[in-house]
Amino acid sequence: MIRFDHVFKRYPNGREALSDLSLELASGEIAFLTGHSGAGKSSLLKLIALIERPSRGQVIVNGQNVGSVPRSKIPAYRRQIGVVFQDHKLLHDRTIFDNIALPLIIAGIGTKEIGKRVRAALDQVGLLGREQSRPLELSTGEQQRVGIARAVVSKPPILIADEPTGNLDPDLSLEVMNIFRRFNEVGVTVLIASHDLYLLEQFPVRRIRLEGGKIVDSDEAPQKLLDPARLMENRKP
Amino acid sequence: MSAWITRHLQTLIGALGRLSEQKLATLLTTLVIGIALALPACLHLLIANAQTATGNWNRAVDLSVYMKIPTSIDEVRRIAERLRQRRDVNDVEVLTADEALKEFRRDSGFGSAVDALTGNPLPHSLIVHPKSEYATAAHLEELAGDIRALPSVDLVQLDTAWVNRLQAILEAVRRAVFLTAAFLAVGVMAIVGNTIRLDIQNRRAEIEVTKLVGGSDAFVRRPFLYSGFWYGVGGAVIAWLLTTIVVGVLREPVSRIAGLYGSGFTVSGLGLQPTLILLGSGVFLGWLGSYIAASRHLREIEPS
Repeated sequence: MIRFDHVFKRYPNGREALSDLSLELASGEIAFLTGHSGAGKSSLLKLIALIERPSRGQVIVNGQNVGSVPRSKIPAYRRQIGVVFQDHKLLHDRTIFDNIALPLIIAGIGTKEIGKRVRAALDQVGLLGREQSRPLELSTGEQQRVGIARAVVSKPPILIADEPTGNLDPDLSLEVMNIFRRFNEVGVTVLIASHDLYLLEQFPVRRIRLEGGKIVDSDEAPQKLLDPARLMENRKP
Repeated sequence: MSAWITRHLQTLIGALGRLSEQKLATLLTTLVIGIALALPACLHLLIANAQTATGNWNRAVDLSVYMKIPTSIDEVRRIAERLRQRRDVNDVEVLTADEALKEFRRDSGFGSAVDALTGNPLPHSLIVHPKSEYATAAHLEELAGDIRALPSVDLVQLDTAWVNRLQAILEAVRRAVFLTAAFLAVGVMAIVGNTIRLDIQNRRAEIEVTKLVGGSDAFVRRPFLYSGFWYGVGGAVIAWLLTTIVVGVLREPVSRIAGLYGSGFTVSGLGLQPTLILLGSGVFLGWLGSYIAASRHLREIEPS
């Protein structure tokens, strides 16, 4: 689903964010992208979302060579990738409903269908009934869940998240992770950049560790997940 | 298809709602556009009305026909009768030499000098009133030529020269109006473009997010185009109001002037067609200005 082939990414200021990076993520796989800040996690995700283009090498996403997608086709490309940001990137002057509906409006979906899908997405992140609230009336964790609902409302085959639990306390982090896990269970390919060690411990999924723009460790951890309820129990001393 | 129309309508109304959130700024921008559009509209009215007015005066142009001396008064009346038969002549007045002398004595103030004359130096004359539908410069010249060709006619006076001069002046003014309108059109586009540019800067976050979730350039641009549309509509409405006020204020004094010249001329306002042209130009300029600004500045905003 996602393949990096000897990819280099050098920014105009000369900083080399990715250096000869090769990586393969199968369809329906879920993985953590770890490493210190500055290791290249964000750059890697930006290449997938086509916010940046590789300097050298090939990035293949869902069968498309990302480097050769023309500017005019970028919007259509991005519609197949749901992106979750650490800072949510919600529009504060719109309701939760309007925030989540945005990708569907862009895709030209009818009003009735939009209502159905937005409520379904809100239900999946446990925020049904908050459609008419504004983002700032919600807690940080709730805002992050709205961000996730927006990323998945158009049912993209790929979901990427940049430090989705960065601002959340451990309970909320687990909750958010479980949401990602549920999407993965229905076949969505999920890649989560995180340096939340606690979270990594609780979710024994594949980890791709970056350091200085290179992959230093990519263990194939068992994809069997623990029961979330037991996870919560384990945390109690 | 219906979803598409619904979206456009929502964006259209949404753009209006956004503009009404910043009433003062929107009002000022629209006012500037309105004034810029009202100027050419008023100049257009000036020309249209001047043309109507000179058209009226053209109709008031009479021909003065001076007969040779000596021509008998019977001959003069016969010619007058013949001219009345023409289809382009409304009426012919006969002014005998005696009447002309009397009139001259009364009006000129040279009464005593006239008394000193032994005979009457003035000829008999005719005043020919052309029919109004034949009162164009070309027709009048033709009529004058025909009369001039009569053997007992000495001189035909037809004063269309000043009408022609006025027409020439109006033609020059019309070109000036055209240029002014062109400059002001560029001005309107610049005003709308600059307003939209600021709007784009203010909504940077929204544009970035929209692009991130797959909004195309056309999708991101649409609300700004509708804003430009509304600025154009608002500007055109204000321009129409300003023109109507100008016409209302000038109508009465101009009618008084026309009355003093013996004309029933009144100032007319913008008709239906000019009003539609005004509205259309406003909408087009607003849309084009925002299109140029949006295409230029939206490109610069990319998610990072």
